[in-house]
Amino acid sequence: MFSRMAPRGRSGLGRSLAELGLLLLAILVLLDGTVLSLVAAISSESDTHEAKPVTHKNTSKKSFPVLGIKYDDVSVPFEIALWVLLASLMKLGFHLIPRLSNVVPESCLLISVGLLVGGILKLARDEVPPVLSDRIFFLCLLPPIILDAGYFLPIRPFVENIGTILMFAVVGTLWNAFFVGGLIYAVCQIAQDQYSDIDLSTIGILPCLLFGSIISAVDPVAVLAVFEEIHINELLHILVFGESLLNDAVTVVLYHLFEEFMDSGSVSAVDAILGLVSFLVVALGGVLVGAFYGILAAFTSRFTSHTRVIEPLFVFLYSYMAYLSAEVFHLSGIMSLIACGAVMRPYVEANISHKSHTTIKYFLKMWSSVSETLIFIFLGVATVEGEHHWDWIFLTSTVILCLVARIIGVVGLTFIINKFRIVKLTTKDQFIIAYGGLRGAIAFSLGFILHSEHKRIFLTAIITIIFFTVFVQGMTIKPLVELLAVKKKNEAKRSINEEIHTRFLDHLLTGIEDICGHYGHHHWKNKLNRFNKKYVKKILIAGDRSKEPHLIAFYHKLEMKNAIQMVESGGGSKLNSSFPSTVSMQNIQPKIQSPPSARPSERVLPQLTKGREEEIRQILRTNLQKTRQRLQSYNRHTLVVDPDEEGFDDLFLKKRRRMELDWKVCKTSSHKSSNAIYSQAYVKPGAENVPTIQIDLASPQSPDSVRLLDEVVQDQGLTMSLPSSSRGAYKTSGKDDGRDQQTLLRCLSDPGPDPDDDDDEDYDDDEPVPT
Amino acid sequence: MGATQTHSEYQYENMVGKTGFSTEQIKNLHMRFQQLSGNEKTLRREHLKNIPALANNPIKTEIIEAFFDKRNQLDNELGSYEEIGFEEFLMVMSHFRPLSIKTSAEEKTAMRKQKVRFLFNMHDTDGDGKITLEEYRKAVEELLSESGTIGQEVARAIADAAMLEVASTNVPNMGPDDFYEGITFEHFEEILKDLEMESRMHVRFLDMNTANLRCGQ
Repeated sequence: MFSRMAPRGRSGLGRSLAELGLLLLAILVLLDGTVLSLVAAISSESDTHEAKPVTHKNTSKKSFPVLGIKYDDVSVPFEIALWVLLASLMKLGFHLIPRLSNVVPESCLLISVGLLVGGILKLARDEVPPVLSDRIFFLCLLPPIILDAGYFLPIRPFVENIGTILMFAVVGTLWNAFFVGGLIYAVCQIAQDQYSDIDLSTIGILPCLLFGSIISAVDPVAVLAVFEEIHINELLHILVFGESLLNDAVTVVLYHLFEEFMDSGSVSAVDAILGLVSFLVVALGGVLVGAFYGILAAFTSRFTSHTRVIEPLFVFLYSYMAYLSAEVFHLSGIMSLIACGAVMRPYVEANISHKSHTTIKYFLKMWSSVSETLIFIFLGVATVEGEHHWDWIFLTSTVILCLVARIIGVVGLTFIINKFRIVKLTTKDQFIIAYGGLRGAIAFSLGFILHSEHKRIFLTAIITIIFFTVFVQGMTIKPLVELLAVKKKNEAKRSINEEIHTRFLDHLLTGIEDICGHYGHHHWKNKLNRFNKKYVKKILIAGDRSKEPHLIAFYHKLEMKNAIQMVESGGGSKLNSSFPSTVSMQNIQPKIQSPPSARPSERVLPQLTKGREEEIRQILRTNLQKTRQRLQSYNRHTLVVDPDEEGFDDLFLKKRRRMELDWKVCKTSSHKSSNAIYSQAYVKPGAENVPTIQIDLASPQSPDSVRLLDEVVQDQGLTMSLPSSSRGAYKTSGKDDGRDQQTLLRCLSDPGPDPDDDDDEDYDDDEPVPT
Repeated sequence: MGATQTHSEYQYENMVGKTGFSTEQIKNLHMRFQQLSGNEKTLRREHLKNIPALANNPIKTEIIEAFFDKRNQLDNELGSYEEIGFEEFLMVMSHFRPLSIKTSAEEKTAMRKQKVRFLFNMHDTDGDGKITLEEYRKAVEELLSESGTIGQEVARAIADAAMLEVASTNVPNMGPDDFYEGITFEHFEEILKDLEMESRMHVRFLDMNTANLRCGQ
């Protein structure tokens, strides 16, 4: 490792030392675990000795133990924390080693680490804790990942391709299950392996089918882990990923079905029909349960304006409840979780503060990331722990059959699906879809809880498949994507023009459909949107935000982002660095020959000269400092206006600010809407048409902000005569002030240069009807 | 009845070639045309305005205008008709044909150009070949009009920002005194190039006759 780093010079050496340090730390942690478990064994003995002197005080008096070890009480949380710490450190470590993370996907590395840890533990204690028990997996490790996926599911592509996704998920999985199960049975019957000590022909058809159903499901965790790193285009990503989510219902049904059949011993036609009904119940029931909890969460979030700190908690709790409730009734927990996240998102996001939104986003990402890491490590550990039965014929035939089944399934289904699709799936697409069918920990956990007599051989086979798909397919998919020149993800942000024209197109197509006279997709989509706007939004979204059209919300977000960028770059006239052009507002405003007595021409600010820029920066700096000093004590139970938000206030300040404040302080007493956070100050559009953003200060609710209000009113410091924003700032009137205030309140303090930011921009409150 | 039948069939053949619809689809659209026009030979603006479903559409006027716009027919005239016949109706509808799997790459580009052209014509109401700021503002206002009182100011601001973006991406180095006249067709194509119009801008024309499935309009 050193020889590779040395040529890089000093920084390389420093970095390699850091990495070495990290690795040492990781090893220490590992050893810690083993040492402490040994200590635990010792201390449990000493504890029993300790008990005696307490009860028999009169007998020998021990000296007061200054330092003692009492491990048992904290053993469980301690071990859990240790595992999580190990996982996180491993994750850190991989990204420090640059070349490794490019070649090998993270999941492979994590499994290897798991194998290593498992091996160490086995050597140290001669037994490995059963870490990947199904309860831990299904109740603790899986939900965060699925919730993260569901909450940030890009709704539009998902619903547009829902037909294709369902075909792959349902029909594809069924095909896989029966194909693999049936052929494996055939293989077992005809195989005569003299090296194996299990007679394969004793495996009945039902266990084989059960095995097939476990192994056939594409795993969302593995797909996410691998696809995250290859950045393929949205369509393929949503197809494979959507399939992995929706096939959970199929897997659940098949699994229980075959289990029941195995117990009862015979299958009848009635049972088969009941199985079909059960599938519908499981799938739809899961979705309904999820949607129900989603609506509850949305409704709750409507009233959280006074308790912003616990807003994220509602999101997490309701989702988890949805999952657990679905599990109670043997419905599909995954589908319930997805439905809950997807349903509640548009409404919750309209209601909660921006900080809560950020919190939710980062918590979900954090939990899902840790969960994923843990799952892969545990997979490695469980491999070491399990009792295996290595049977060559069974294993190789399983692997081959799985691959073959997947390929045939995808090709066959695509052939049928392409007849109904506008945008056809090409051969390249099919290859990626087939190749991306990774199996993962869900299959393992399901195998773990089998009661079959052939459990060991099944488990070995499942692990082999998982290893094969994750290692071989996971590692080679990236070069293959490059080789085949598959279209990559379009990283560009959506521009305001695209947004406008998308809306325009939607309305246009709806209109054309109406003229044509048939109820097409756009017609129903339009109807759904209007229903949503008219009834649902009114109930679930607080206050005025229910009326805000999507285009305006989008525009607000864009402006807010620009404003933040501007603050971060220290003010100045060039706002958007992605448009390094000299075009400014004046270039597009038509030059009006207005009489000089009337308002100044619509030409907005000329370019600021250097001197002016400096002046403005200075003013901004001093005012930012001033307001920070003035902030009062931090109260844990109210969200006080952040000093950083004052920066925006200064930034967009205008001459009429004082006038507004006068209006505002008057109006605070007469609340227009029931939601007291808004005070609607009416500001007449004045003489100038100079576009500015007028952001009112914080909510009048918190006492601290009122104090700030007064102080800012008295602040004479700011004498900016030019509005400092030259692009896209606008003047609003009336109700908009309330909303602006809301948007300022929800202003975020740390946007972070995070590509994930665009995730939330993607969602639509429209629900497009699928093609 | 027989003579007129063959006459119209002959006409249908022409239109199949011109517009790319199938005979079935043309028949259905003809039936719809007759339904809309009250069995007259020509369609006027009032006929389209009377469609109840269209009443809620914020850009209703633009859509109706597009049917009567001469630029959407194949000849490059300007101006608009007072009333249109079935051929013109069909011509406008042909802009919304979906792609089939057999379209080649050049055909795709041609179709996309045609569709984008249609959109451009919708915005460029005065026919001067450019979308000026005023026209753009009007378009955005109409889009937002169904949301009520949000108001002109915001619409103007959004339109201004959008215009600025178009100008910045297409003509990055303008001096402070240059004036960006308006969005030309090329610039318009440029900003819409990521949206893949050829696959998005389509309506499913069914081969089945749905006009009978709905009573009235």
